[in-house]
Amino acid sequence: MSENDPTKNVEPPIEVPPEYQEDEYVDDHKSTAQLLIEGFLENKLRLLSFFVVIGIILMAVFAPMVALHDPDATYSLLQEPNSYSSVDVDDDGTVERVWHPLGTDSFGHDIYSRIVYGARISLLVGLVTVIGAFVVGTTIGLLAGYFGGWVDSVLMRYVDFQWAFPEIVLAIAIIAYIGGLGVMNVILAISLAYVDDFARLVRGEVLWIREEEFIKAAHALGMSDTRIMAREILPNAVAPIVVQATVMIPLAILAEAGLSFLGLGVKPTTPTWGLLISDGRGYITSAWWISVMPGLAIMVTVLAFNILGDGLRDALDVQEEGIE
Amino acid sequence: MKNYIIKRTIHAAFIMWLVATTIFVGMRSIPGGPVHAMLGRRADPNQVEAMREQLGLNDPIPIQYVDWITDLLQLDFGTSIRTGQEITQIVAIALPKTAAIGVIGVSIGLLIAVPAGIASAVRKNEPADYVATLIAFLGLSAPPFFIGIVLMVVFSVQLGILPVFGYTPLSEGVIPWFQSVILPGLAVGLPYTAVIMRMMRSSLLEELGKQYMKTARAKGVGSQVRLYKHALQNALIPVVTIAGIQLAVIIGGVVTVEIVFGIKGMGRVIVQAILNRDYPVAETAILVLAGGFIMINLFVDIMYTFIDPRIRYEES
Repeated sequence: MSENDPTKNVEPPIEVPPEYQEDEYVDDHKSTAQLLIEGFLENKLRLLSFFVVIGIILMAVFAPMVALHDPDATYSLLQEPNSYSSVDVDDDGTVERVWHPLGTDSFGHDIYSRIVYGARISLLVGLVTVIGAFVVGTTIGLLAGYFGGWVDSVLMRYVDFQWAFPEIVLAIAIIAYIGGLGVMNVILAISLAYVDDFARLVRGEVLWIREEEFIKAAHALGMSDTRIMAREILPNAVAPIVVQATVMIPLAILAEAGLSFLGLGVKPTTPTWGLLISDGRGYITSAWWISVMPGLAIMVTVLAFNILGDGLRDALDVQEEGIE
Repeated sequence: MKNYIIKRTIHAAFIMWLVATTIFVGMRSIPGGPVHAMLGRRADPNQVEAMREQLGLNDPIPIQYVDWITDLLQLDFGTSIRTGQEITQIVAIALPKTAAIGVIGVSIGLLIAVPAGIASAVRKNEPADYVATLIAFLGLSAPPFFIGIVLMVVFSVQLGILPVFGYTPLSEGVIPWFQSVILPGLAVGLPYTAVIMRMMRSSLLEELGKQYMKTARAKGVGSQVRLYKHALQNALIPVVTIAGIQLAVIIGGVVTVEIVFGIKGMGRVIVQAILNRDYPVAETAILVLAGGFIMINLFVDIMYTFIDPRIRYEES
């Protein structure tokens, strides 16, 4: 990208008064991607989180290879971490020793294998709910911010209304309404519960982008409203939306774990982290590992996504919103 | 200022009405109908009829709606279809427990978060800041019910210094009560602490970087006065907002943490009612939680007029 090409710089460079120059980092040579990579390379914790996230994704995708056993197979009950079950796995009359690195639960499932498969549900819910909440929330925010007037009033009253429900409570209410358990219901409930966050954020962005010169130019050129929203406004609001999405993934993972823990999430036979923790609750005095191991899995995953999101926020230089 | 308070109150009442109306509509549009959802698809027709009568579903919709709103205004929520108990009574027993956990959680949160956030901002990029930030991230990353389980293992099972399960009412003494709610309070309070602390830190850092701080310094105002009198007063304003909004974290946490500690509060009432398909109880409990959240945030909005002079003078 050439520095002198005026069409590349949508915003004119701001004159920085001399008193600011010493503290502030002014650099317009680097692209966002470059800043992002540099930011991550400089901060070892962020780099580590990045690899942890990649690792968890790979673990979920290749779960059958990463897991030691079938997550639904049953062995000796309540085995300690790093212990062995003696079972006849392949029904040939000989007894094999089966290793349980993280022990077994109250049904005799291998906890390590269940955690590996549980990552699939957590990530699936985390990613798909973000897409769902993004699509619906961004549409609401775009329409409300762009058209203003009664469209804005109606849509934002809806957002205010939704805001009155704490997310988990709303998700529980939606699950109760749909009636029945399952991954799809969980995804639907959590996506809807987080729609308002995206809507508010996008509306706020649109309100100021709408006033920019280039939008007026687009109007003058006779571009349609849909085209202006899609081609001119949305691309300029991308940074905060991406940050919001990365903030939401860990929240959705936590919400799924909470719903499963309450018995209002996926079907009870599905291997998920929340259900494992719930199972271990009854054995907390005798077999702490059933709850603690999947709990640690949640913590590591969510922590990695949180640190990654924070890094992204820094790199994209999105201001932390005080009110949203 | 008076106008502002009136405006906020009307807005809160409007949202409350919207919530109540949605629950009314939602209840009546449950796929397959609420009675069949509660009794099952092959229910005895006489039973179905009796329940339709009990729930008032045979009246015309506008009359049902007026009845619903008047009942709500009189705090008459009907009876549980499973136990026949008055729902008002169920809520009256459950709500204080949930409120106790919430209050302890918020108190712990604010007591830790505000000083830690200030320290973190003042000592930016020093070891104390890193430690505080790391703890905040850990708090943000652990589900409250998992924090509850870990606290329970450590304090109740291993050390044996706190009760494992249940709730002791305040009437049986402050200390037993406190012992029964401190761990659940901590479990819901830690994620809340993390959010508030991060907000306190970034908000204070922003204020400290502003021009008026330089002016104050140039005028010879001492560093303590600059920090506590000038910067902190402004920095606290967004923190108060977040403290109100993030109560959603507390309420969401209480629902799961109550299950961990076997406390029969609102969360447990909701989950049980949903698993039993006891819709009148579930909808009331959800309405009460949403209503409480709206009221607290209205209170926070009104508090604003006292801490933020910009709102106080706006209208006059």
